[in-house]
Amino acid sequence: MSRIGVFVCDCGLNIAKTVRVPEVVEFARTLPDVVVAEEYKFMCSTPGQELIQNNIKKNNLNRVIVAACSPLMHEKTFRKVIEAAGLNQYLLTIVNIREHVSWVTEDEDIATEKAKAMINGAVYRARLLAPLTSRFIDVNPNVMVVGGGIAGIQASLELAETGKKVYLVERTPSIGGHMSQFDKTFPTLDCSACILTPKMDAVLQSKNIELLTYCEVDEIKGFVGNFDVKIRQKARYIDHDKCNACLACTEKCPGKAISEFDEGLVKRKAIYIPFPQAVPQKPVIDAKSCVFLIKGKGCKLCQKVCEQGAIDYEQKDTFKEIKVGAIIMATGYDLMDTAPLVQYGYGKYSGVYHALEVERLFNAAGPTSGKVVMRDGKQPASVAILHCIGSRDKNNYEYCSRVCCMYSLKFAHLMKEKTGAEVYQLYIDMRAPGKGYEEFYDRLLEEDVKFVRGKAARVTDKTNDMEEPGKLVVEVEDTLSQKFMRIPVDMVVLSPAMKPRADAKDMARLFNLSTDKYGFFMERHPKLAPLSTMTDGVFIAGACQGPKDIPDTVSQATGAAAEALTIVVKDKLELEAATAMVNQAVCCGCQNCVKVCPYGAPFYKPDRGVSEINEALCKGCGSCAAGCPTGAIMARHFINDQIMAEMEGLMEF
Amino acid sequence: MGFEPKIQGIACNWCTYTGADLAGTTRLKYPQNLRLVRVMCSSRINPSFIFRAFQLGADGVMVGGCHPGDCHYGTGNMYARRRLAITKKILDFAGMEPERFRVEWISASEGKRFAEVVEELTNTIKELGPQTKFKIEK
Repeated sequence: MSRIGVFVCDCGLNIAKTVRVPEVVEFARTLPDVVVAEEYKFMCSTPGQELIQNNIKKNNLNRVIVAACSPLMHEKTFRKVIEAAGLNQYLLTIVNIREHVSWVTEDEDIATEKAKAMINGAVYRARLLAPLTSRFIDVNPNVMVVGGGIAGIQASLELAETGKKVYLVERTPSIGGHMSQFDKTFPTLDCSACILTPKMDAVLQSKNIELLTYCEVDEIKGFVGNFDVKIRQKARYIDHDKCNACLACTEKCPGKAISEFDEGLVKRKAIYIPFPQAVPQKPVIDAKSCVFLIKGKGCKLCQKVCEQGAIDYEQKDTFKEIKVGAIIMATGYDLMDTAPLVQYGYGKYSGVYHALEVERLFNAAGPTSGKVVMRDGKQPASVAILHCIGSRDKNNYEYCSRVCCMYSLKFAHLMKEKTGAEVYQLYIDMRAPGKGYEEFYDRLLEEDVKFVRGKAARVTDKTNDMEEPGKLVVEVEDTLSQKFMRIPVDMVVLSPAMKPRADAKDMARLFNLSTDKYGFFMERHPKLAPLSTMTDGVFIAGACQGPKDIPDTVSQATGAAAEALTIVVKDKLELEAATAMVNQAVCCGCQNCVKVCPYGAPFYKPDRGVSEINEALCKGCGSCAAGCPTGAIMARHFINDQIMAEMEGLMEF
Repeated sequence: MGFEPKIQGIACNWCTYTGADLAGTTRLKYPQNLRLVRVMCSSRINPSFIFRAFQLGADGVMVGGCHPGDCHYGTGNMYARRRLAITKKILDFAGMEPERFRVEWISASEGKRFAEVVEELTNTIKELGPQTKFKIEK
């Protein structure tokens, strides 16, 4: 005999503003098997939880229904509440009268009636619920971090510090990421390399970090606590165990390719390390530009100069299988390609640069040794920096990329310092919300930088009679003076949108993550679980979740490391008990369940001609139950009778 | 007041149910004729649930899952897609107006899409009128 308690939450006014909660409570009291129904302002608060627990004891309840916010928000909270009062946690039903009712209509009558119908459905379902026993599994203590930018480096170092083994997977030949390309960092003007390279070195020195550069994740199996990961080590054509990093090979190599690290401003060799401070300091051969690997004959200069005999043209991709308990995704961002925005003339006019190219021009280790020399060999006497290229733009990316205002100010400062050029900032709104950022903006206001409030409309090389030929003219409406302006300059710097990695969708599929509408990885909850994902045991940090600056990225990385640690620090992990089971008396042995299960949980027992389910592998999706022709499989907590009863209750009103 | 249909929804936990939550957190307004049952995966949905919903008096049924290829369980919605395609054929065969049954792939970030689909479906079913073909009168 069910003894049901119904607890309806006002959620302040979030629910009570639209749903007439007292009426819903009165209604709930009339439903069969409902022993008690109560209203409370905040059911998730301590007094609210105690109200539920006291009622469980006082009224000897054996089912609890909480009508409040989404189960994705507080199902776990209330499960713990009833468990603490001695009830099995699976005897709880959540009714979502906030996200699915009070927030999506303004009509009180409609909202109240829908809430009643949903509680009725929950009562029907609750009566058929059964207590379930949680399962515990062993946890692998290792963590994999994907992406070796500042986020991945920080997360790896934090975890390594706790004594956990970390696999840091990076697909390029060196860790460092975008941050290693930068010159100075705003607002402190710290030299990027000075703060990053010690961390890169610490990764290399750490006994607990296994650095897997030039590697990609090929396949993932398993689940939280026990992921099996297959990693592809791309062929480097160099035996890194033999290589002593003398780099004689990189001097002799005649092969040429554009330097990814220097954003195509210069060429690199076919055998190369991406930049002088790269970690590891050992080269790889890019097969696409190596003379020997393309033609299959000739050259082999690198082999001739290598005293260690480390060059191996026969090397193939190899695979490594690792086991980890948790995963941190720190795969970063791409800069938007500005060439399709033809109005700004990137790729057409040699004086137009994008932000990362300018970082390389400023950088002492860059292609111009830190001198601002343009493609035509001249130093600019006037520069326009164009904000919001592709960001805050309904035709491209609606969001604000968050860092462009600040690095554009930094560019202005460095440009003044290095060239004394006249600098224009063309901005829509100046956004300086971080610590020390507004102060940096104030400082720039005093550095004789010209601020024009307006989004650049066009860059053209067609000068008029008043203007000096050979200049690039930026057309813009100054929205403060409401005047149309033409600004002739030597150099135009575009500050493009930060966008998801080109292969973010593929990554999301591989790691079973959701993406937002742009393709950034989606967090489990924007405020309460910003580093977790819908896949237990997989966490996100840095710009793969959305545009952010270095301080935010580093904070997130440390947070994600802590999140991963909450899993791998445990010996055993509690798993959902809502798994499938086979009623062997009804099973016909068709093995449909074996075919549809993505986890290999059901297996066939030929001696008895029936299937059985390995509960340790079952994730509770219920596909086997729907595919079972005889109805022998029961998806616990979501059995046919429970679902149909809930529908019956919902359709009654 | 005109005819207010009852629509039975069944949504997977990871995509469409979360998408419906997002419609709520972004305060989108849509008709309240849909009542959602949550399952872990659209592959849990047995075709009999659809028929049962119509028997129980649903004027329409909507199933929501992750976009094919994006299933939380890898392949679940692929099975759901096939099972529900057959369900649709059976409903056609039994003379049910095809517009009363809708399968939609709505991701966790598509709160707006969820609200739009519910609105569209509600309007369609309002035009069709009450469903009596399968309904069992109590």
